[in-house]
Amino acid sequence: MTAPSAHQILQDPEFIRLVRRKNTVTVVLTIVELVLYFGFIGLVAYDKPFLARTLGASAITAGIPIAVGVIVLSWILTGIYIFWANSRYDVMVRRIKDKVGR
Amino acid sequence: MQAPQQSVIGTLSPLAITFFMAFVLVTLGITYWAARRTKSAAQFYAAGGGITGFQNGLALAGDYMSAASFLGIAGLVSLKGYDGLIYSVGWLVGWPIVMFLISEPLRNLGKYTFSDVVAFRLRMKPIKTAAAIGSLVTVLFYLTAQMVGAGSLIKLMFNLPYEAAIFLVGGLIIAYVLFGGMLATTWVQIIKAVLLLGGATLLVVLCMAQVDFSYPALFSKASSLYGAKFLEPGGLVTKPLDAFSLGLALMFGTAGLPHILMRFYTVPDALEARKSVFYATGFIGYFYILTVTIGFGAAVLVGQKAITAIDAGGNMSALALAEHLGGGVFLGFLAAVAFATILAVVAGLTLAGASALSHDLYAGVLRHGQSNEREEMRVAKVSTVILGILAILLGLLFQKQNVAFMVGLAFAVASSANFPALVMSVMWKRFTTAGAVASIFTGLTVAVTLIALSPTVYEDVFQDGKVKARAAASARAVRLEGYARDAARAEADLQGRILAATQGLAAPGLPEPARVKRTAELKGLQADLALVQDGGLPAALAEARAARTTADAAVRPAPFPMKNPGVFSIFGAFFMGIVVSLLTREKEAEEKFEAEKVRTFIGIGAAGASGH
Repeated sequence: MTAPSAHQILQDPEFIRLVRRKNTVTVVLTIVELVLYFGFIGLVAYDKPFLARTLGASAITAGIPIAVGVIVLSWILTGIYIFWANSRYDVMVRRIKDKVGR
Repeated sequence: MQAPQQSVIGTLSPLAITFFMAFVLVTLGITYWAARRTKSAAQFYAAGGGITGFQNGLALAGDYMSAASFLGIAGLVSLKGYDGLIYSVGWLVGWPIVMFLISEPLRNLGKYTFSDVVAFRLRMKPIKTAAAIGSLVTVLFYLTAQMVGAGSLIKLMFNLPYEAAIFLVGGLIIAYVLFGGMLATTWVQIIKAVLLLGGATLLVVLCMAQVDFSYPALFSKASSLYGAKFLEPGGLVTKPLDAFSLGLALMFGTAGLPHILMRFYTVPDALEARKSVFYATGFIGYFYILTVTIGFGAAVLVGQKAITAIDAGGNMSALALAEHLGGGVFLGFLAAVAFATILAVVAGLTLAGASALSHDLYAGVLRHGQSNEREEMRVAKVSTVILGILAILLGLLFQKQNVAFMVGLAFAVASSANFPALVMSVMWKRFTTAGAVASIFTGLTVAVTLIALSPTVYEDVFQDGKVKARAAASARAVRLEGYARDAARAEADLQGRILAATQGLAAPGLPEPARVKRTAELKGLQADLALVQDGGLPAALAEARAARTTADAAVRPAPFPMKNPGVFSIFGAFFMGIVVSLLTREKEAEEKFEAEKVRTFIGIGAAGASGH
């Protein structure tokens, strides 16, 4: 039996599901990152007083933890992606590869 | 704040030279080791695909964390406070985009360079030509900024002649890349990243120990010294569209930098590629948080006055803090790390540029992808030498130029010429060769043209003298207006400053450049005092105001009002790529899309770089 062609793999329901899942994850995470960063820039541009409020009795302004938060959350997003890809995506890929015998 | 002590920054410290020599010896040793393992093209371009995800993450961070971002962001924060923090956030946010959109297709489709991916199902010759030009332009702008920065920094840190620094950097990177290829370059990056992260961590620990490891204490000191405004957003983002444009260029530019994209082929598979982006993002984010802390720490513990006395731009604030907290030993160590950082970034850029010449232009275009490996290796080595010499020449040529805009330009070109074509080639079936070429050249020309017409280049670079004259005239008018408001206070104030300046000049061991600068300052203060005392102030003020108006009118305003063209050049590149693709039809490319898609998603048939 010959290995299925690219065309046949593309028709495989499992491959179609894989593509759909992957695209959903990619698009959602990309949008979250865009909203995170441009939301922050938007605050800097349009609502400086919001970022300038001090927290409690300290001199720390709200803008400082928010900016650091954008950095940390960006990293966490890459962590979410890698967690999903390692635990789900790679399993699906392996299943399809086994099925098509490559 | 303690009394300012005499800084040894700007003198050739034996300690710094010892640390630096140790770094050079170790890296040359690694190069010797790597040279014996670098026989094939796969080893030269991609270290044989044998780098682990963790190592590659460190190397990616090493490629990305430049001396300019270490010293520059710390300096910006120490002088501008919160605005410096806003700026540093922008440098990180491209990495998740690299992870989500680029990492897997890049790893699964390519061989050594990102243009392999664009050319996967399109016609090799035109795509490789266009993509190589996009890569080379990005690399050369980036390289020029790094070389000129290297020369000036080394002059500032060690008082070495500019030319000597340029030749030293150029010579060392040729040795690393020529003999050790990607393997040596990767290890240079890893060592540099570890030293930089370790040095910055130590600096932060020492700095925070001064405030009992309490960020609230650090910030309350900063706020009491420089006012609450220091911890609020200030003048950095005044034009929202410009800020949006810069944000786009930083985000998508990271995903289009050839020396970064090339690193995806040094790991064995997509899993390790993913891991390396995760580690890199963590290291880089951590590094920016450290750098920002160092900036605030320098402002609080060293003081803005002492920082700007060494360098008006604040670039030496991290080193000044190191000296303040750890004395000459720590200063010497950190200065050597900054030098090593420059070397590592330049080595990565040189390798990326050489690959564009040899793998894309020579093997892909001139030899139609049919060259034999030995030939390609020879060309790669010749290209490395050419790039290294070019780096030296660019460094010498632009010595006196303001090149700060060039990193921005490199990101603008990367985000506009490289990123859109890369993304569309992977995701869009109807994308054609003509569309890709149109997209690359549109992004490239729009980015370069608009930056040339922007205030940063059209005014600050092309009309450098007139802009400086305008700033000087404006500063003089403002100063004289201040004296006119309260002559008695101005007189007392000037006398006090003259006394301080005279004492400062008498200090023993003052380096020569500082002596020249302070003598000029003293003369200016004395001239001002004479004006205030002998009643010549009203006439001088009228004259200064007239001079300000003339100097203002002498500068032709930039035709393109924004500092960053990203929003137009990125949009333009996508738009032209789509329109031209829709107007042309490429059956073969559409047929191959199925195979490409299968390979993008499940990696079947992906070139294991180690397998070559």
